[in-house]
Amino acid sequence: MSTRHELESAPWAGRTRRYDILKEGTAALVIITVIVVALSAFFGSPDDKQITFKEWAINAPADFYATSVQELAGTSGSAGYGAPYNTASSGVNVGPFHLAQIIGVKHPVDNVNDFVITPLTTFNNSPDVASGLKQWQGADSKTHLAWATAYDSALGKANQDASKVPAGDYGPVPQLATGLLTMAKSGSLDGVLLSQGNYFQNDNTKQTLFLGDGNYFNDQSTAAHLQGDTWGMMNETGRYPGQAWLWLYSFWYQIPPFNNGDSHPFGANADAYIMVIMGILSLSLVCMPLIPGIKALPRKIPVHRLIWRNYYEEENL
Amino acid sequence: MSAQHEKEMWTAKLRKAWQKNLPIEKLLPDTQPAYVASWIYLFGVATLSALGVIIFSGLILAFEGPSWYHLSSPGHFVNSLHFWSVQLFFVFMVIHLWGKFWMAAWRGNRMLTWVTGGIAFVASIGTAFTGYLVQTNFDSQWISYEAKDGFNSVGIGAWFNVTNLGQQLLLHVAFMPLILGVITVIHVLMVRAKGVVPPIDAFNKVLEEKK
Repeated sequence: MSTRHELESAPWAGRTRRYDILKEGTAALVIITVIVVALSAFFGSPDDKQITFKEWAINAPADFYATSVQELAGTSGSAGYGAPYNTASSGVNVGPFHLAQIIGVKHPVDNVNDFVITPLTTFNNSPDVASGLKQWQGADSKTHLAWATAYDSALGKANQDASKVPAGDYGPVPQLATGLLTMAKSGSLDGVLLSQGNYFQNDNTKQTLFLGDGNYFNDQSTAAHLQGDTWGMMNETGRYPGQAWLWLYSFWYQIPPFNNGDSHPFGANADAYIMVIMGILSLSLVCMPLIPGIKALPRKIPVHRLIWRNYYEEENL
Repeated sequence: MSAQHEKEMWTAKLRKAWQKNLPIEKLLPDTQPAYVASWIYLFGVATLSALGVIIFSGLILAFEGPSWYHLSSPGHFVNSLHFWSVQLFFVFMVIHLWGKFWMAAWRGNRMLTWVTGGIAFVASIGTAFTGYLVQTNFDSQWISYEAKDGFNSVGIGAWFNVTNLGQQLLLHVAFMPLILGVITVIHVLMVRAKGVVPPIDAFNKVLEEKK
């Protein structure tokens, strides 16, 4: 006796209908192409201009200046990030595993030198910068840190207004930050940050980290509704559909405990736990026919009777 | 050549398996089972058609370079073709996927057809994501800045560096389309080889009569 499985596996022996696979494929391709052309012609596509360091320095000079000081003081977001950029922190964890830390520093970033000192060495037309660099390079790292943290703290207390910072032992930090701001305003920092002394370069990691350390970049994305806590990962600039297919990934960031960064262990390590959850769910999608309960749903909820309505009527099923 | 020799040959084995499982009548059919008569069946071919437009517009963008579309109207139009075909591709694919779920389309030895479809869906998300990273505009700046935290948090960022434009561009135009293309071809060939799954209750009467 044939089982249901054998019958469903065997070539169909019942009624058939005409079917021209090439004709159907060609018709579908033509129709879809026409729809795509129409959508493109009427709506275009999003293309908000990239943010440059020049734009940042001109539009938000105080923010740029303060971020430069933070890079020197090691208090910026990327300076304290941990792996894969540095060893400043252990990073997030999944249970007992700090996975990034275990793998180690794969994209080393030296915030002080990569973001500030090395670019300034290419900025030759400022005597203040030249003397500041000389003073900086003549001191040890302990002194660097003392100067930079003292100025970073004083600048913070002065609400990022450099003109209101009281006198103190800041070494050349104010000159260096001013020099970097001038360099950024001129547009030359953009190229220097990318090239890092090389001719060919296509890795934007350092630029992106520096840009993200300031408030300007974040403020622009908040205005464009792109932040993670507002479903930003599936949004697009302007009034265009974004990556709607990432809705489930974005969803976890909207609910407790993942939407509370102070909640341990899940909120504080939301990025890692959500990646794990999405990995499990993706695997579940691929293996869905093996999952008890879910694989039985199509029989229990008769949507299939709607799909095969004609066949069920004709066969009195 | 003796039958024994032929039996041992990989090439002969592959040819025989192909001829047995996917003869040309199955690959290029001119009939379908009568139950293949629902609007839901259109979304498979619609997904493939959208993929065709994605590949065509993507090839033009690849030849012209990643910044071309910022600088010219034809470039922006081709970028729009790429953008909208991706949007439609996902709409069609998700409807196709839901349709297949409610059909329990894995029945009758079609498990691997479902699995390859599921992998194609996940690979599509990866391919689209790398595409969003290489737009070279504000959106791609922000996406790479945000996404790095997710990938870094589980260590993947050590090798899959979303802030490395060169790496992402290569992945988007070479590696990911290769994976997606191969999986899609296997998926379509499996549909042709195994046939379209019959209705859930198609054999109820036969089975009841045999009891």
